[in-house]
Parts: sequence; structure tokens; C-alpha cells
Amino acid sequence: MTRDDELLGRVLGPAGPEIGCEDCFDKLDRYVEIEVAGGDPDTAVPGMREHLEGCPACLEEHDSLVALLRAR
Amino acid sequence: MHDRESAAWIAALSSEGHEQEDATRRLHELLLRAARFEVGRRRSSIDGAADGEQLAADAAHDALMKVLAKLDTFRGESRFTTWVYKFALLETATKVRRRTWRDREVALDPDAWSRMPDLDAGPQREAEASELMAAVRCGIREALTPHQRLVLVSVALEGVPIDVLAERLDSTRGAVYKTLHDARRKLRIHLAEQGLDPEGIGREAAA
Repeated sequence: MTRDDELLGRVLGPAGPEIGCEDCFDKLDRYVEIEVAGGDPDTAVPGMREHLEGCPACLEEHDSLVALLRAR
Repeated sequence: MHDRESAAWIAALSSEGHEQEDATRRLHELLLRAARFEVGRRRSSIDGAADGEQLAADAAHDALMKVLAKLDTFRGESRFTTWVYKFALLETATKVRRRTWRDREVALDPDAWSRMPDLDAGPQREAEASELMAAVRCGIREALTPHQRLVLVSVALEGVPIDVLAERLDSTRGAVYKTLHDARRKLRIHLAEQGLDPEGIGREAAA
């Protein structure tokens, strides 16, 4: 990914439909459990992946929950 | 439908007397472990070990209050422990971000974008990318409201965490993200009206 791609990604956000921050928090535990178990979280929670691409704070919390479950 | 361990947690926390006190103590320990885990991941953003431990303790306390207040909303779509971990991680991450930004100024200037060299359609760019960047600048200027410009520039260009910006604007994270989402959608519509496809640039370069 070029610097321009990265910049445009931050400015324009994800192309597809996404859920909001509150919905993301509500569904994060389910999404991450499916992900850590090797399942298909994006089918189970449509719009979550797109939101994580567009929201750095929610992505940080997603990454932390994944890391925590993998560390347990 | 709760798994057996999750059902035991809910039953114990919903009981009374010693059983409830014991469950609350165990829950607090769980939240504190998650908060310390998060502090450990963000150690570089925190001044010292003592600061980190206090931050984890505060986050675990706040998470405990939220979990107990929302106990009846647990639907059993994950394990109870996973459900409570996210409260501890959110509280910790938010406190770390606010700590990191507490002494930093956030411009809150809707016109700050016009001074950002990143968005210049300069000669160093390929013609197509340059055209796209010029259209983005035009979209920011003409298609967005001042509030949308402020949120877009703060979060997407200046890297202000969304919860820090929400605090400075006396708003909520959800409301600020909604503004960001609306601004992005308007920009995409603005680009599409000019026949520009931002996804096409990277694909063509990679082809």
C-alpha cells in the first residue's frame, strides 16, 4: 500500500456498509471469539470488519481482545 | 443460551450475601488482570509503572461498575469472561488515550485541512493520484459542513483518537464517529460525481 493509498484510506474510510461504534462494542466479544476459534466472524457480524477498518479506536480494542484471548 | 460457566457467573452475581460478594471480588480480579494486560500493551504511552498500576486499578473499578449495571444485558453470545474483558479493555484503552493526549492541544479548527501538505496535489504524485487528491480537497471544502471538516481532519489527518475528540467536543464517541462516517460518505459521493474511483488507484498500481 502506498502512502497515498493509506492517506485516502484514512480520509475516505471503508467503501462498504459498516456498523457504528456502539454496535461494534456490543458485538465485539462474539466477533472476536469466532475469529480466535478460526471461524468466519465477518459472516456472523456483517459490517464489523468495515468498521474496524474505519475506526482506529475500535480496532485497538479489537486487537487487544484478540491478544488477551490468545494469551489465556 | 449461556454455557455452564457463564450461567454460574450470572447466578452468583445475581445472588445475595456472601456468594454475591465473593463473585464480585472474583469479577474484579478478572477485570484487573485484563486492565493490567492492556496497560502492558500500551506501556510506551504511560509515564511509569506506578502510573500504569493506578490506571489499571481505576479502569478495573469503572469496568466493574459498568458490568454490574449491564449484567441483565448479557445475552450469552460469547463466554461471560470474554464479555467482561471488553469492558476492562475499553476503560483502560480510553484512559490511556486520554492520558496520552491530556497535554496536547487539539486545534478544533474546521479550516486546518487547508494547511496540510499531505493533501496537496503536488508534482511528486502520479497524475491520477494528484487528480484524486485535488478532488478530495475540493470535496472537503465544498461538500462538508464545518463540523464534519473538523472531525474528519482531527481523526483522519491529525490522528486524534475519537474518544479524546469526543471529550473535547463534549460529545460521545458514537456521535463523533457518525459525523466522521457522514463526512466520508459525502466525500465518496463527491468523487463519484466526478467519475473518480478511489479504490481504482491501488488496484491499477498493483496490477
